[in-house]
Amino acid sequence: MRGYFAAIFAVVTKDVILELRTKDILVSVMVFALLVIVIFNFALDPTPRTVALVAPGILWVAFLFGGVLGLNRSFAIEQDRGNLYGLMLAPVGRDVIFFGKLLGNFLFMVVIEAFIYPVFAVLFNLPIWIPGLLPIALLATLGIATVGTTFSAMAINTRSREVMLPVLFFPVVVPVIVAAVEASGVMIRGDESAELTRWIPFLAVFDAIFLVVCPAAFSLVIEE
Amino acid sequence: MNPSPKVELAIKVSGLRKAFGRTPVLRSVDLEVPWGQVLTLLGPNGSGKTTLIKILATLTRPDAGDVIIGGMPLSKRGQSVRRIIGVVTHDPLLYDDLTGRENLRFSARMFGVQRIDQRIAEVTERMGMTPRLDQRVGTLSHGMKKRFSIARALLHDPVILLMDEPESGLDQEALGLLDAVVTDKSNSQRTVLMTTHSLDRAIALGQRMAILVNGRVAYQESLESGGTEALKEAYMRHTRAVS
Repeated sequence: MRGYFAAIFAVVTKDVILELRTKDILVSVMVFALLVIVIFNFALDPTPRTVALVAPGILWVAFLFGGVLGLNRSFAIEQDRGNLYGLMLAPVGRDVIFFGKLLGNFLFMVVIEAFIYPVFAVLFNLPIWIPGLLPIALLATLGIATVGTTFSAMAINTRSREVMLPVLFFPVVVPVIVAAVEASGVMIRGDESAELTRWIPFLAVFDAIFLVVCPAAFSLVIEE
Repeated sequence: MNPSPKVELAIKVSGLRKAFGRTPVLRSVDLEVPWGQVLTLLGPNGSGKTTLIKILATLTRPDAGDVIIGGMPLSKRGQSVRRIIGVVTHDPLLYDDLTGRENLRFSARMFGVQRIDQRIAEVTERMGMTPRLDQRVGTLSHGMKKRFSIARALLHDPVILLMDEPESGLDQEALGLLDAVVTDKSNSQRTVLMTTHSLDRAIALGQRMAILVNGRVAYQESLESGGTEALKEAYMRHTRAVS
């Protein structure tokens, strides 16, 4: 069991070192997500009423679209030099590769969200720290990263992988986004209600299901 | 890991088939490699050598047929098989933005290698790459990357080596180092299956030779049984038929 977690940790560490060295994912995704937020800020008049209505949606659109860029890149670095074979040659289950890549993707997305949210909060005149958003963001990001890791592995072997990933990934991840937007809206409006008790467990159940299904699907996907 | 002494063959392939779409690549391949032997696999371009290596390395699933490596069926015990094989492919399987040391350390951790730094020092010394250990792989030539690739395959001291044209891009010095790895007698069980386009190298390094033509093993013999000229003639005969 120690070897299992050591191998997962090795994949995550490798991805973090590569990212710190190249900054391929962090910089491009952060710039993209910031652009989305700035454009929406100019396009809409951020009055308190409109902010309460549209801000959660804008926030998650920025996170999701940025996340897709990062997820595409995550497996591109493995595929470009045939490094995926290097991972597959290790005497570990394919699920180890999956969880290693998943944790790396989750980590990058959380870091990006941590940088993006304060800018979003300033532009839309919201409190910079809303504690209730944290579990929502973590659960939704885990769901996005779990599904996204599987589909990015699937899309990497297709000719138009940049287009293919969102086409495959968005329909499956819609429930997470709906739940995240609804739950974030409740938190931003500050009217904690029974709605929250519906959306947060929904996110947790979604994550639990896909954390079981996706590793198995991933094993089938990466072998030709 | 030592192989089971009860198992006579290191690699046993029977009835192996693989197609990509409607294009058959391997059409019922049968192959046997006893422990401790070097089998060199020749064949024209597109004959299925790389696909065969990928299947043996658990990188690709066969459509039909059985593969037993070290007494373990590949279909059921792929993870255990990967523990006893070292693989050299066309691509170096190294990350350009990591140094040679970082790449090897990553592989060693994935393979659960003990005393990682000592083992890295040993394999890089063996491939003459010690001075380049802390250089980013992306800045190295193809041949240098290939040397690191061979070092990576040796890290966990595998008892079976699967090498797909390992000599491509190597200079004379590196070829000598590669030959030393292939013919290494320090482990009497070390078994090598190596594809090559060089008939002379196949004869020089192998104890057995097989020729793959159109996805079938057209020829498989012990090199001790035939003279060099007879082997060359067999090679020309089988490969000429498809060209």
